[in-house]
Amino acid sequence: MPIRTVMKANEAAAWAAKLAKPKVIAAFPITPSTLVPEKISEFVANGELEAEFIKVESEHSAISACVGASAAGVRTFTATASQGLALMHEVLFIAAGMRLPIVIAVGNRSLSAPINIWNDWQDTISERDTGWLQFYAENNQEALDLILIAFKVAENEKVLLPTMVGFDAFILTHTVEPVEIPDQELVDEFLGEYNPKYAYLDPEKPITQGTLAFPAHYMEARYTVWEANENAKKVIDEVFAEFEKKFGRKYSKIEEYRTDDAEIVFVTMGSLAGTVKEYVDYLREKGIKAGAAKLTVYRPFPAEEVRELAGKAKVIALLEKNITFSIGGALFQDFSRALINQKEKPILVDFILGLGGRDVTFKDLDEALEISRKALAGEEFEEVNWIGLRKEIL
Amino acid sequence: MGIPENVKKRLSIPADEYFYAGHTACQGCGASLGLRYVLKAYGKKTIFTIPACCSTIIAGAWPYNTLEANLFHTAFETTGAVMGGIEAALKAMGYKVKGEDGVMVVGWAGDGGTADIGLQALSGFLERGHDAVYIMYDNEAYMNTGIQRSGSTPYGAWTTNTPGGKKHFLEKRHKKKVIDIVIAHEVPYAATASIAFPEDFIRKLKKARKIPGPSFIQLFSPCPTGWRSPTDKSIEIARLAVQTAYFPLFEYENGKYKINMPSTKKEPKPIEEFLKYQGRFKYMMKEDIEILQQWVNHEWEKLKKLAEVFG
Repeated sequence: MPIRTVMKANEAAAWAAKLAKPKVIAAFPITPSTLVPEKISEFVANGELEAEFIKVESEHSAISACVGASAAGVRTFTATASQGLALMHEVLFIAAGMRLPIVIAVGNRSLSAPINIWNDWQDTISERDTGWLQFYAENNQEALDLILIAFKVAENEKVLLPTMVGFDAFILTHTVEPVEIPDQELVDEFLGEYNPKYAYLDPEKPITQGTLAFPAHYMEARYTVWEANENAKKVIDEVFAEFEKKFGRKYSKIEEYRTDDAEIVFVTMGSLAGTVKEYVDYLREKGIKAGAAKLTVYRPFPAEEVRELAGKAKVIALLEKNITFSIGGALFQDFSRALINQKEKPILVDFILGLGGRDVTFKDLDEALEISRKALAGEEFEEVNWIGLRKEIL
Repeated sequence: MGIPENVKKRLSIPADEYFYAGHTACQGCGASLGLRYVLKAYGKKTIFTIPACCSTIIAGAWPYNTLEANLFHTAFETTGAVMGGIEAALKAMGYKVKGEDGVMVVGWAGDGGTADIGLQALSGFLERGHDAVYIMYDNEAYMNTGIQRSGSTPYGAWTTNTPGGKKHFLEKRHKKKVIDIVIAHEVPYAATASIAFPEDFIRKLKKARKIPGPSFIQLFSPCPTGWRSPTDKSIEIARLAVQTAYFPLFEYENGKYKINMPSTKKEPKPIEEFLKYQGRFKYMMKEDIEILQQWVNHEWEKLKKLAEVFG
């Protein structure tokens, strides 16, 4: 029987790792993810999880040890955030290039400077070109579920890509919510053992991995990462369906909310989706035709689903906790790419908000709504808008 | 053909060959010789972790491969960490690691990848006590990228970023004592070795295999390309490095020091002997040579003292 209990997202991530039974875990403490390896340490210390826990001296070594372990052929897991993920940057490319299905839980947090330990998505968004798949959880249950799903997708032989699952710092990592812990037996059935089929370091059958590739071969290796990302789109749908069948919880790459006759659709990710859905209800009561959508899957980018969503809206308002300087948010860029060659397309308006843990309130969303309505009315509007800026201290 | 079994048994260096002809090392490369000895000592049930270094090239670019063992190429500073991950995974899968017949997990990294950028991962590796052997092949500069100084470059050496000019001298600092940093971790086994003394090196490799926990070997590996030395002098230079006590061979085993070479009973040869074939030292003045000699004397006295007190 599944256990219904309450826990923080960090604990949910640790539980997901326990259920997935990775054989090697390597981790380094960083706020706000520290509790994940702490909890896993407890599981290992109590013999509830049979795994080698490597207490490394940095995140760079955490991911490097995971790379070594995964290449040797075992399921591996780690957790980090922010500067820690940034420190892993170089090795993230290696993990994807070597097609190692490592899973990282990320308590999404801002990057320095200034030093700030609170939530935004700059850490994972900044890793969007590494080849890793990226999922974002709205709540603690999703954090747990998506980590299990991540292992299943990552290890699929058509994918074989590392995957990171993001959940918002403090808003989720340190907030207690009801969570259902699935049955170990069902999880075992769902995930199975990880038995790598292709390249791994078998002491009896020597191979070389990660070798030098000259210009004559490098590009093809990179193309296979592109191809695997493309393959992942279908695999993710299949795994979501299988997950729903087994555990009863439904996931989709983009989850829509009251979009059917919506004129303005607010699109976001992570825990902000909860606030936005409530805001949409509030607008609907006032007779404003608004809807919401949440990206659960950010990489591979669900361009097809975005186009479907775009067909339903006149204005898409992107609410993003990240920034590419001089351009705008990552979603704005990605949505633009998905829609640029469409004959009919909605107007895109970008909103940068909630950076460094600033709370996003209805007042902020009102500001976004006002600009979106201007766009809807055909009036002039700014494409990229910083919401909730404290102009008095600028 | 091949060597008869009864002769094979008596060879001080195993006849087995797992490092093949056709590799892409420069002529006279000490590192490639070292890699060959490691394979002779450990055989093909070895998993190498190789960071970005000369050996990335020597081992062969895709789809070529010159050695018969598992090879894992990784980022410059990650050797210690990746080895740790491999070792942990092998153990989790139930393999016997290290020991007489276990799988050997070996790090094979240059001096830059060990003394500089890889020092943190090395420290973590040593501290965590993995059953693996880390070998630093020391050619005293970043050779693969075109002869830039590393922490292991000695005083007075020319490199492309210590070229010497009107205002600045060549390399102004003495060689970083990585082996001492390793010993500070109180590892079960650490040793220096040289390609000029292959029996000694193989003996140390075998000892490193038997002793549980992390082992470290610093292998002196001349680089004719970077040292501007004749390609047929690599072994002689390596031998002179030992005989001048510039690079003495010693072992640190469970807290005890043992000097192997040169003899502690007589004066080592003067440092000029080590310098003579190497173009990288040709800009040194008499007083520079004296500064280097003083350093060698000091380090040698220190080592002798350690061997005396903790022998």
